Amino acid sequence: MSDTTLVPDAAVVPDPVARPGRRRRRRLDEGSSVAEARGSSRWVVLGVLVALTLYAVGPLWWLLVAATKNQRELYTTHGLWFSQLNLWDNLSTLFTYQDGIFGRWLWNTVVYAGLGSLGLTFVALAAGYGIAKYRYRGRGLTMGLIIASFLIPGSLMIVPSFILFVKLGMYDTIWAMILPGMFGSFSVYLAKVYAEGAVPSELMEAARIDGAGEYRIFFSMGLRLLSTAGATIFLLHFVASWNTFMWPLVFLKGVDKWPVMLGMYSWLQRGMDSTVDLTSLVVTGSLVSTIPMVVLMIAMQRYWRSGVTLGSLK
Amino acid sequence: MSVNTQDNHAAVREPVPGSPPGGQPRSGSSPRGRTPRWNWRTAQSVKGASLTFPFLAGFTLFVLVPVGMALRESVYTTRSAGGLGFGGQTVSFAGLDNFAAGLVDGSFWAGMLRVFLYALVVVPLTQVLSLALALLLDAARRRTAARFRIALLLPYMVPGIVATMVWIFQYSPTVGPLTPFFEAFGLDVNFFSSSMVWVSMGNLAIWGALGFTMLILYGALQSVPHEIFEAARLDGASELRIALSIKVPFVRGSLVLTSLLSIIGTLQLFDQPLLFRAVTPETITRDFTPAMMIYDQAFNVGNLNYATALSVILALVVGVASAIIYRFINREEP
Repeated sequence: MSDTTLVPDAAVVPDPVARPGRRRRRRLDEGSSVAEARGSSRWVVLGVLVALTLYAVGPLWWLLVAATKNQRELYTTHGLWFSQLNLWDNLSTLFTYQDGIFGRWLWNTVVYAGLGSLGLTFVALAAGYGIAKYRYRGRGLTMGLIIASFLIPGSLMIVPSFILFVKLGMYDTIWAMILPGMFGSFSVYLAKVYAEGAVPSELMEAARIDGAGEYRIFFSMGLRLLSTAGATIFLLHFVASWNTFMWPLVFLKGVDKWPVMLGMYSWLQRGMDSTVDLTSLVVTGSLVSTIPMVVLMIAMQRYWRSGVTLGSLK
Repeated sequence: MSVNTQDNHAAVREPVPGSPPGGQPRSGSSPRGRTPRWNWRTAQSVKGASLTFPFLAGFTLFVLVPVGMALRESVYTTRSAGGLGFGGQTVSFAGLDNFAAGLVDGSFWAGMLRVFLYALVVVPLTQVLSLALALLLDAARRRTAARFRIALLLPYMVPGIVATMVWIFQYSPTVGPLTPFFEAFGLDVNFFSSSMVWVSMGNLAIWGALGFTMLILYGALQSVPHEIFEAARLDGASELRIALSIKVPFVRGSLVLTSLLSIIGTLQLFDQPLLFRAVTPETITRDFTPAMMIYDQAFNVGNLNYATALSVILALVVGVASAIIYRFINREEP
């Protein structure tokens, strides 16, 4: 489930706690650092870091280079350096192959990830805000359910969800991709932790005295105060559903409904089975479907890193 | 019952605010009266609670109901009445038969053994490498660390499926650069052979997890109070000693968490072996991992009841393994 895909992001970085310390330290260490290694050990540190960075970046460099080559050069030239620049031809082949099915897959992915994340963000913010800011009977039970659901492994959900979706008529429809992800309990937990810190009860009380109803307070004040939380939840789920694979593999039969990851898997499989060689298509498709994620993650670093952080703060 | 009557009273009274709450002697102390105020608070918290209703409704339908169905389906068997699936199906109660069959299913437990042995190597290796990387970053200059960090995080930003395909290409004897690289050293490595495929997949897993785990541990390292290092240095501790005796114990909590997440993910391994299967179906069988076997039973064989029973067993194994690891790592708390 999308929820379990999210959990790895839920890890522990006490970053906000660390931030003031880091800033203080930076000021302290303008010249030489107390924590830094000195002399020859500094070069060892740098050397190992460079080696591991090459390991991390190397395969991606290969992908970038390979996407610029035509099918023949892919096999004949050295993998880690450019040959003739064939990127535009590759891109046009990619987007025209089988009547532009790749574009369709990309669009599907954007729709599933976008709508699902939007829905999840509203559902989770409302629930998290409700749990954090109100005292009512059943609140403890709700929290208990949320925490307990963290323990459900994703593979347990696949088969019964399949039976359920077939019964509900959701099997092989886009709703199978959008709806189930909208009720991720981890996002509610995240929203609750944020709401506890970001929405002051005094402000809500002031709004009440001014005559605002509870829903009005949530929609015109709470949502605005929780915009950072909303962006984080949206981003984490958007990335998770962009990358999801097993869920569409099980729930979507029609080729035209597939998201891009499943589509590329089918190309990989077919390229190996038959005489058609789709390697060049898969390589270019991999690059095209990765770039949005890398751009998004780098641009929105602040948000997902704070989401990663919050899991730890309880 | 009594709450209801009070609600009615409140409803009658509220349109006339400020009117003396006659007949309620207790409320004499405050001008508004205690009973209406209490009801106002109740209405408030009911509205607050109602904000969680959309989530609870969806959660019930898409999480609780499937979990219940998993438990229900696993105690039934479905048989097609006629041959070839025609003539309808008969569903009969089977008790724990599916579980009994699952517990002695050789290929299921062979898959379980595979992922356990794999996790036993890959999870500690990922943790140790990430920890070393985090300590190295912590030892580098701040600005240098920031630059390396973004490069080291790149694999985390790549979709898992793309990462798997990219590594499949790296391993490929025709297009990948690794085969000629090893040939240069006189080594003829077949990355898809049955003995190497675990190494190939393990490398891919470590590559994908390294940056993220490092980020978490590095973040935890930032919160270690710096006065401790100063004190240790004055006592003559070397940087290595400080790293091992002060920094590592400090990030133990984060290590527990990243190990747990890593174990839970590895035991349910599915995507990577399935993609490898597309390349080397003779090495990666259809029941290579427990999750693959569940998928195969459910959607190729069509035995949904048995597949659910296996899912429940897998969930229990994952739960027990997580609990054991949690206890094991937390036991030797200093």
